[in-house]
Parts: sequence; structure tokens; C-alpha cells
Amino acid sequence: MHSSIYLLLLIVVPLAGALAAALVRKVQGLAYALGVGTALVEMALALIVAFLYNPHVKNAQTYDFVTRHVLSAPFGLAYDVAVDGISLLMVVLTALVLLLALLGSRDKRREAAFVGWLLALTSFTMASFLSHDVLEFFIFFELTLVPSYFIIAGWGGAQRAKAALKFFIYTFSGSAFLLIGILYLGFAHQHQTTGVLTFSYSALQSTGMTHSTAVWLFIAFAIAFAVKSPIWPFHTWSPITYAEAPTGGSIELSALLAKLGSYGLLRFAVGLFPLALPTMRPIVLTLAVISILYGSLIACATPDLKRLVAYSSVAQLGFITLGIMTGSKIAMVGAVLLMFNHGVITIGFFLIIGFIERRRGSYQIKDLTGLQGPAPVMAALFTIVMMASIGLPGLSGFVSEYLILIGTFGTHAWWGAIATTGVLAAAAYLLWAYQRVFHGRAEGANASITDLNFKERWVLVPVVVLILALGVFPKPVLDRISPSVQVLIHHVAPAGVNK
Amino acid sequence: MAHVVTLLLLMPLVGYLVVLLNGTSLKERYVGAVATGVVALSFVFAVVAFVLVLHRSNREVTVHLFDWITVGTLHVPAALLVDPLSVTMCLFVTGISALIHLYSIGYMRGEKDYRKFFLYMNLFVFSMLILVLANNLLLTFVGWEGVGVCSYWLVSYYFTKDAAASAGKKAFLYNRVGDVGLLIAMFLIFGHTHTLTYLNVFHVAGTFSPTVATLTVLALLLAATGKSAQIPLFNWLPDAMEGPTPVSALIHAATMVTAGVYLLVRMSPVLTMSPDGRATIAIIGGATAFVAATIATAQKDIKKVLAFSTVSQIGYMVMAVGVGAYSAAIFLMVAHAFYKALLFLGAGSVIHSLNGEQDLRKMGGLAKYLPLTFPTFLVAWLSISGIPPFSGFFAKGDVLTKVFEHNKALWVLGVVTAILTAYYMTRLFVLTFRGTERFREVTKGHDPHESPWVMTLPLVVLAVLAALGGLLNLPWAHSSSLAGFLDPTFGFVPAVSSSSTIAQWGLALVDVVAAVLGLLAAYSIWRGVSESPRFESPFFEHVWHWDDFYDDVIGRPLTRAAQYSDDVIEPKVIDGAVTGVAVATRRSAEGLRKIQSGFVRQYALAMVLGVAVIIVYLVARVH
Repeated sequence: MHSSIYLLLLIVVPLAGALAAALVRKVQGLAYALGVGTALVEMALALIVAFLYNPHVKNAQTYDFVTRHVLSAPFGLAYDVAVDGISLLMVVLTALVLLLALLGSRDKRREAAFVGWLLALTSFTMASFLSHDVLEFFIFFELTLVPSYFIIAGWGGAQRAKAALKFFIYTFSGSAFLLIGILYLGFAHQHQTTGVLTFSYSALQSTGMTHSTAVWLFIAFAIAFAVKSPIWPFHTWSPITYAEAPTGGSIELSALLAKLGSYGLLRFAVGLFPLALPTMRPIVLTLAVISILYGSLIACATPDLKRLVAYSSVAQLGFITLGIMTGSKIAMVGAVLLMFNHGVITIGFFLIIGFIERRRGSYQIKDLTGLQGPAPVMAALFTIVMMASIGLPGLSGFVSEYLILIGTFGTHAWWGAIATTGVLAAAAYLLWAYQRVFHGRAEGANASITDLNFKERWVLVPVVVLILALGVFPKPVLDRISPSVQVLIHHVAPAGVNK
Repeated sequence: MAHVVTLLLLMPLVGYLVVLLNGTSLKERYVGAVATGVVALSFVFAVVAFVLVLHRSNREVTVHLFDWITVGTLHVPAALLVDPLSVTMCLFVTGISALIHLYSIGYMRGEKDYRKFFLYMNLFVFSMLILVLANNLLLTFVGWEGVGVCSYWLVSYYFTKDAAASAGKKAFLYNRVGDVGLLIAMFLIFGHTHTLTYLNVFHVAGTFSPTVATLTVLALLLAATGKSAQIPLFNWLPDAMEGPTPVSALIHAATMVTAGVYLLVRMSPVLTMSPDGRATIAIIGGATAFVAATIATAQKDIKKVLAFSTVSQIGYMVMAVGVGAYSAAIFLMVAHAFYKALLFLGAGSVIHSLNGEQDLRKMGGLAKYLPLTFPTFLVAWLSISGIPPFSGFFAKGDVLTKVFEHNKALWVLGVVTAILTAYYMTRLFVLTFRGTERFREVTKGHDPHESPWVMTLPLVVLAVLAALGGLLNLPWAHSSSLAGFLDPTFGFVPAVSSSSTIAQWGLALVDVVAAVLGLLAAYSIWRGVSESPRFESPFFEHVWHWDDFYDDVIGRPLTRAAQYSDDVIEPKVIDGAVTGVAVATRRSAEGLRKIQSGFVRQYALAMVLGVAVIIVYLVARVH
């Protein structure tokens, strides 16, 4: 067992960075430098945890870096953190998103505040992924709304106020159900056992409940996470929010915060209420498949690049949800991997769209033509990201999508078969958008744009490296995910499906 | 053996990386040399591998490279299967690729993205080798998609042209439809065998139920119709002619488009389990061969004629697979690679000499200006028309003989197609090289010039191969022929054909008569003709209105549905429902409006305060 100090640092370092950024806001550029420094430290910490992580520390459990301190027994409050193969990738992603969002989208308007909010958001998100206590998770899950709101409302586009409000009301309404569910579960557990109020994840996993209770609690949890993901039909906040948010905000929201939804669905909704699964599985699987098809369909018609990525994300999150809900080990591992891969791919998309916007002042498809002529490097990097998203074998997106589909097909052949047509749809909307934006003859303002500069290329290097590495050699990552998924499946269905 | 095959595979990747990483510091004239050299080296290693395989008693060798995906029961290694089939594929793929790379040095000279062209070409060869060498379906799929994406890049190589950009996208999307088939086939196979490794699947292929076997075979067929341009997915291939001509020769004639046939042949033990599936394959192949041949009779663009000819010839191969004549399919694939690559490169030489003109109506009388292109093209023409003793006669004859043993109706269709083939090829030949000179406008009065040696040398080599390719598989030399080499791979005991020798001679005679018939008909119609579009049915010229049909039935309705969803369903229905709930709530609680206007900020503030209180409380407790 490794020391949990690393996890504490992962949460505290960015928070400290945020406070420091607030203190030095008067000095031009210092807050930004501080932010980048903090992000580098955070990245280093995340990588240390990723490499040290050992799934075999305890029998039948795959948690490492575990610690638990009860902070307030009467309220059931605890500081309880741990990492397993399911959260490990999310920890790395959280650090990566911070670093690349800072490096790739510098915004000099009230820079210290922007950096501060980004750092705070990272701290809260990190804490959510590390929480091994349901109430603790909820608190940080909710706290992420505050910096997100201010980032959208403070640095967004023309409709930022509307977008921020919509984002906040949607996600906040969703979490109301979650809070009720958590409290109910905690009290139920208290009554069944020694009378001590606790929200410890492992303790709550053993709460006895009837089938109908399980179903209601599952629904309460799933609504919050479906809004966050987002899953059809709870997705309509996301296109306007991603489009109006500044580049850094779009990255944080879609590459990272969306994963809180699928992570929550897997860890808490599925992990705590296995009894509800036989009833809920077909419903959620169907919503997932609708998300894939509907998201793809609208992505074909949507007029701007940011919305295109937003709807593409609806489809991708559909794949993730499919993998989570099937009960197949292969599909679940694929879903966890896709959470990470989709994060990386989305960072790539929004960074490049940001670079286009920086040059052309627009990300409307109709304003852009023939960019491959004046900006071949930008086109090449966009192509790599796009192909990873389409699911080209040899790139990261394929491995995860393939695992999800082959696993789903084994347990739910019809859903799997319909979802497989989603790989065709992704190619359709992305290649069409690529043709309109990058192919053709560039004229006027499009002809005179500059190609990516040195720094912009370097920011995209980690994205490209991860896309290639996880496509060609995903084994080290799969070996870390698999044992934890195995444990979860064993809990969910002791004698059940294990394909 | 393991090292040889690994090197064979990696050479094109090395070339790709050398050109990519050196960037502009590598002079352009070395780019072509590096790219061609690595592929030539690959060919050398392929020859060595062939000799090694030939002298082994156990002709199936697995070369394990590394573990790629391992989750639960799914184990997919990056591993290669070296057997007669894959070695045969490697030999002709690398050999023809090397020649076409050499040709491209001349053909692509002066192009703006010269470097990028060779990058994609090397990457293509690498993908193609993965496709044929993979020891499991999923790794084959890696190569399958790799060649697809290289095809996309190379077709839309002239990306400033809308037609080229659209053609690249169309090629990719049609192939994706096929890919869904291959994915489903993999899922079905994995569901029943828990493995994707060929040899393991083959061991248990006998346990497939008829339903599963037929579903799997149909899914594989869908994949093949995408990649190999068969009905119903064939109409991307003619559009793909927007790519540079060497690309058409390599990818869209000799190698990639035959991948579907390779896949079906590779999966022959599963095909064996489903007679229904095989019958479907044979019908699709026969129908495609015929339909594409009719279309080829009415095309005016020299490359379009060749494109539909390719579709038609692959139809023959697919038909052969359908009747279980796997080695005949591979034989035709190899022979076709020789003469069709030659036809495309010859056409490229013609186009080159006419400053890019591709319209047959503006050619004619070129024989005396192109002293090397003309005779080599002549060999290719006679070969594809099925005139003995050129390779096409033997290869097509082999297929038709096997079809005759299975299904007389399909055989008749095949023979009619053979007449059409001789007809449209002769038409093309006459319009290009004979008759009056109609190109003066294009060349601005100048005489057309023969291409440089880097372009004509591959023509000569391919002409020799196209002429003598029949030697690979002479019907009377069974044990030392291509079929004798391949058949054990399909689990067959090498055996002579069930038809008697007399019957075989008779069938061969029918083939010759068919070829001569088509040839003479076209020669008498088109000799001396320049403008008049006789026998060019508009219905054939417009590809049986296949594209219009897809546009009407799939393309436009889907576009409209997408637009409607974005304009109406998304904002009004789905978002509207949620907003509606919010509005209703607000109306019913009009009094709360003041609070609600500042709702978010207040809530956020409350939350921050709440957390602060909690933290203070905790700190106080700890001390």
C-alpha cells in the first residue's frame, strides 16, 4: 500500500495554486506562470501515482493509496480517498486537461481570476475522482459547478450568460436527485447497522434493500449522471455551453467534467445498486444507443465546429454508457478506457478549434474553407485527432470503441449491432466537416492564415502521442483497468455475466 | 523466418518514418528513391520468405510480435501468419508496389505535395502488408482500415478540387459500410469461438450452426463488397479515379480493392459451412462482373473505363470464391494485378503525354508517338481480353471452368461478360492508339512525347509478367502450380479438376471464341470512328443511375432528417420540453421571480459559504 499523501497533494496543490494566483493578480503574467507551474507539479504527481499504483495490494480489492479520516461523525462526514484502476486514468486526465487548457488557451482578460478558477476546478474534480466516500464525492461534484459557472459566465462568447445559466440549472437540478438518494441510502444503512452514520463507499455497498428501493435509488443517481454526461434526452445544455465557453472551459467541461457523469454512473449507480440492473439495464442501454444515433445525426447538420464536437461527444458518451451498462467485462474495460481516450481526443479538437478561432475570429463552418492549403500542419494534426475519433485502428479511439462493441454484442447483440452503425455515422459527420473546413481552395481571409506556431504544435504533442501510444500499445493501461473492473463485476453479479 | 517476415513488414514503415522525420532536409529527388527502395527491399524479403516457406513441410508459421489487446477472454496479439496464401499476397503486393513507386517518381515530378504522396504510398504498402500477414481478424482489420484511410488521403490528394475531396470522402464512407459488416462478422465469430486468431477459428469452424455460419458469411460479404467495390457498394471506385494515376494503378486496381477477395479466401473454412452464403457470394460476383462490364462499354474517360473494368474483374474473383474455387480467385487476382496495373500505368503514360487529358474522344492515333507505351499496352489489352497465351486467358479460363462445374447459368453470365470485356477493352485500345489523331487541341499542336525511363521500365516489366503470368498456374502442371501451392491452405487435397480434359478444352475454346467475338465487334465498330457515340447507352454511361438512386433513397432523406432534427426537434421538442417545465414552474410561482433572477450567484455564494463553514468547523474540531 502506498502513502495517501500523494492524493492529498493532488487535491491541495491546485487549490493552493488558486489562492496564490489570487494573491499575485496585480503582477502582469505572474499568475499564469504560477498556474503553469502548478499544473506541471500536478501532472508529475498524477504520473507518480499512475506508475506506483499496484492493483494487487489487498485480496479481492484493487484500491491503493487508501486513507480514511472521519471528520464529523454526527454528519457522517469523512475524508476518505483511494485510487483504483477505474479512477486512475481520470486522475491523469484531470491533470492533463489542466496543463493543456492553460498552455493552449491563454486568455489575458483578468488572467489571474481565470487561472484561479481553472486551478480550483481541477482541485474539486480531482477530489471527486479520488473520493471513496459517497457524500464526500457529492460535495466535490457539486463544488465543480462554481468554478465552471464563473469560467463560462466570465470568459465566454456572446451568449455566455444564457449558457452559464442553462448549464447551472440543468446540472444542479440533476444533482438534487443525487443528494436525496445519497441521504436516503446513508440513513438506510445507519438503521440496518450499528447506528453510525457513514457514507463510506465500501460500507454502503453492503446496504440491504428491496428491488424497488434499488430501482428508485438507481434512477435518482442515474439522472444526475445522465445530465452530467450528457445522455439523451438530458443533453441540450451541452452544445450551447461548450460553444459559448472559452476554449479552456470547453476543454474542462467536455473532456473532463462529462466524465464525472459516466464515472459516477459506473462507480456509484452500478456499484451501489446491482439489484436495479436487470430492470434498468435495457432502459439505459436504449438511451445510450439513441444518444449515439441522435448525436451523430445532429452532428451532420450543426453549423459550427464546437457544436459538432459537442454532439459528437453525446454520441461518444453514448458508447461509454453502453459499455458501462452491459455487464460485460470487456465492454466495461473499454468504457473506462474510452472515458480517457475521449478526453484526450476532445482536448485535441477544442485546442485546434481554438487555434482556428484565434486566426479567423470564427468557428462557423461556413466561414472556413480550404485551410489545408495555408495550414498543412494544422490540417494534419486535426486529421489525426479526427481519425482517432472516427475509430481508426492503430489510434486510441478504436481500441476502446472496439472493446465496448464486442463486449456489448456478446451480452446484448441487438443493441451492439445498432451501436456498431455509429462508427459509420462518426465518419460521415467528421469527414464532411473536414471537407468543408480544410479541403477546397482557400480564398480571402482563409488563404492568409498562418500555420500553427511552435508553441501550438508542442501543446498538441501530448495529445498525438497519447492517441498513438494507446492505439498501438494499450496493454499497460488495460492491465491496470482490468482487475478493478473484475472486482466491480464480481460485486455486481457474483455469478453473473463475465465475458 | 521470423526476422525475414518482420523486416518484410517493417520496410515500408521505415521508409515512411525516414521521409517524415527528415522533413524538408531530405531533398525531393531522394524522397522518391527512399520510398521506392524500401518497397523493393520488402519485395526481396518476400522472395526469401517464399523460398523458405517452399522448403518447409509445415507451411504455417506464426510470428508473435507483441501482445496488443488482452482483456478477459479477448486475446489479440500483434502476430503474423506466414503461409502460402499470405506469402503469395506479399510477393505480388510488394513487387507491383515497387514498380509503381518507381513509376511515380517520374509521374509525380513537379507536384506540390510530392513528399506527402510518397509518405502516403509507403504507409499504404505497410497497411496492405499488415492486412495480408495478420494472424487474426482484428489485426487484418487494422490493415484493412489502414489501406482505406491511405486511399482516402490519396484520392483527395488534389484537395483543392471539390470532386477529389468528395471522391475521397465517398470512398471512405462506402468502405465504412463494409467495415460494419466486418465488425459484425468478428463479433459473431468471437461470440461462438472466443477467439479471433485464424488458425483457432478454423479448428472449430465445423461447429458453427448453419444460421451463424450464414450470418457470418453474409457479414463478411458486406465487408468485401465495400472494399472490393462489388454490388451494392461498387460505385465509389469510379469516383476514386480522381486520385493520381499511380494511385489508381496500385490501390484501386492491383492491391487494395482485392482485399475483400483475400478476406473471403482467408475465411474459406467458415465459408465452407454455409452453402447459402457461398451461393450469395457467387451471385453477387457474377452480377457485378456483368453490370460493371456493361457500364464500361459506355464510359468516355479512359480511367473510368478501367475502373469499371476492375470492378468487373473482381466480380469474377468473387464469383470464383462463391463456387469454392479459391486458388482460381487468387490466380486471377495476381494475373489481374499484372495486366490492370499495366493498363493504368499505360493510361497514365498516355495522360502524361497529353498534358493531363483523360477523354477518349480527344485521343486516337497515339501508337506511333509512344513507342514503348503502345506495345506494352497491347499486351495488357490482349491479356485482359482473354486471348491465349496471355495470362488473362488462363486466369479467367480457370475461373470459368470452375463456375461451369457448379452453375451453368452463372457460367453463361461469365461468358457474356467475357465478350463485353473484350469489346470495351478493344474500344478503349482503338480510341486511344488507332484511328485519327484528335489530340492536337490538347497538346497545342505539338507531338505527344514518350515518358521517361522510370515510367516506361515498369511498363516493360509488367508487360512481361502480364504476357507470361499464365505460367504460374498451367492447368496441366498441377502439383508445381500456384494452385498446388495454395490448395493445402484451404484444407483441400490437391486434385485434378472434375471436368474431363475434353470438356476443359471445350470450355477454353468457348472462352477464346467469346474473346475474339468481342474484339472483332469492337474493332469493326470503333475503327475510324471518332465522335459518334454509337452503342454508348446513356443508361450504362450513367452507371444504371445507381448514384441517383442512393441519393434519392438514402442521401437526401438523411440530410433532411438531420436538418429537421437540428432545426426543430432539438430546440423545440427536446429542449422545449425541459424549458417548458421550467417556465411552468416559474408561472406557478410568480412571486419568486425576484429571488430567481439572482438565483445562480446566490446559490453559488451559499455553497461557498457552506463549504467554508464546514472547513472552519472541521479545523476547530481537530484542534
